[in-house]
Amino acid sequence: MSENKRTCLYDRHVALGALISPFGGFEMPIQYEGITEEHNAVRTDCGVFDVSHMGEVNISGPDAERFVNHIFTNDIAGAPDGKIFYGMMLRPDGGTVDDLLVYKRGDNNFFLVINAGNIDKDVAWISSHAEGFDVEIDDLCDSLGELAVQGPKSEEVMEQVLGISCADLTFYTFREATLDGKHILVSRTGYTGEDGFEIYADHDTIRSLWDTLIESGCCKPCGLGCRDTLRFEVGLPLYGDELAEDITPIEASLSIFVKTEKPEFIGREAILAQKAEGPRRKLVGLEIHDRAIPRHGYEVLTPEGEVVGTVTTGYRGISVDKSIAMALVDSRYAAKDTPLAVRIRRKVFPATVVPRKFYKKSYKK
Amino acid sequence: MSKTYFSKTHEYVTVDDNNIGFIGISDFAQHALGNVVYVDMPETGDDVTAGEDFGAVESVKAASDLIAPVSGAVLQINEHLIDNPRLINEDAMANWIIQVELTDPSELDALMDLDAYKKFCEEEGAH
Repeated sequence: MSENKRTCLYDRHVALGALISPFGGFEMPIQYEGITEEHNAVRTDCGVFDVSHMGEVNISGPDAERFVNHIFTNDIAGAPDGKIFYGMMLRPDGGTVDDLLVYKRGDNNFFLVINAGNIDKDVAWISSHAEGFDVEIDDLCDSLGELAVQGPKSEEVMEQVLGISCADLTFYTFREATLDGKHILVSRTGYTGEDGFEIYADHDTIRSLWDTLIESGCCKPCGLGCRDTLRFEVGLPLYGDELAEDITPIEASLSIFVKTEKPEFIGREAILAQKAEGPRRKLVGLEIHDRAIPRHGYEVLTPEGEVVGTVTTGYRGISVDKSIAMALVDSRYAAKDTPLAVRIRRKVFPATVVPRKFYKKSYKK
Repeated sequence: MSKTYFSKTHEYVTVDDNNIGFIGISDFAQHALGNVVYVDMPETGDDVTAGEDFGAVESVKAASDLIAPVSGAVLQINEHLIDNPRLINEDAMANWIIQVELTDPSELDALMDLDAYKKFCEEEGAH
């Protein structure tokens, strides 16, 4: 078994007394003070996450735009520099290799941000499809770190504590800058449903920014525990839960990020066919009418007891005081208000299909 | 006189002279779990079996099975935990989860007393 990697901030997490667990091949901080406290800090104030486990790959060269559009479901053609796209890389059968962000740095220069647990698979996938394209693929995963500064006060913290100007950045745009002689990339993005920023830089810079943020007292250190509760409450998918090799973005209700009007991309034919037939499964929200908590992998049933799906993520909400879940269910049972049930250990609890956005996003557009 | 025994899975049972046991999770266990947000309990009258699960305690992040340290019939569940599961974090030893009538008090011999349990936790914590 291979050893888990550590991010450049690992020693800081240990010193802060974080609970550390393996995630995506890294030893990551799950919580410091507690998931609830950290979750609330991001909803009401400001929190900082070490997300250096995320992978970064740069694609450049004369065919870079054409190549990225070949492997990516969203449409980057003709986009302005500084724009960011969310989308997926698909297998020919429509299954999801990964979901990712694509940053357009220049005409033929793109920066891809991929999931930690998929780094090796993705880099191999990208490289194996580059034949016939004049592109250079640079794996930057080991040389870059990443911080996410999230919450309604994040703009103030970025500008006043870190001295990084970002007030003019709009949602899903970024800028490259120099900070103390070091190159950094700053985007107005995140994975919490709140306003926020992500900063990519070399390890020394990331350590120095982290220390400044923690010492300022303006920003609570936040672990992956609350990152998951925050993204879940606003209905954002996590690869491994709502997306996987055998789940298409159509099934995951993410069709708006799959531009089938593009002439070509890997998986397009399978997606067109699935859209025409209608997917057999759909990702839905469920509200359980009890305090019992649905968890990943639990069975979803009809009121008559027939198994029609599986819970992908579930929690007792923190900003929403309800037991809620996202679940992949038979499309015949995916309509809002459909009565269903979830098996939680020995008992079956009634549930209702509800919109997946359990909590309203507060992005600054 | 009542006496408290602990299991390797961090449940305790406090037994009185009438073979009535109060089963809960240890302070070590509540601390490791973090904020308890839900306690899944059996019903009065159910039988629990030593070494088998009888419910679960859940933190925000995960569900942990509750393993019965002894066998018996459930006389009562702690209904305060239904609306206020965090009582377990406030005082795990005072806030028992179920009360049972022991069917086989000799099962207590397989459990640890407080000193042995403390040593056990130190060894677990060192891993």
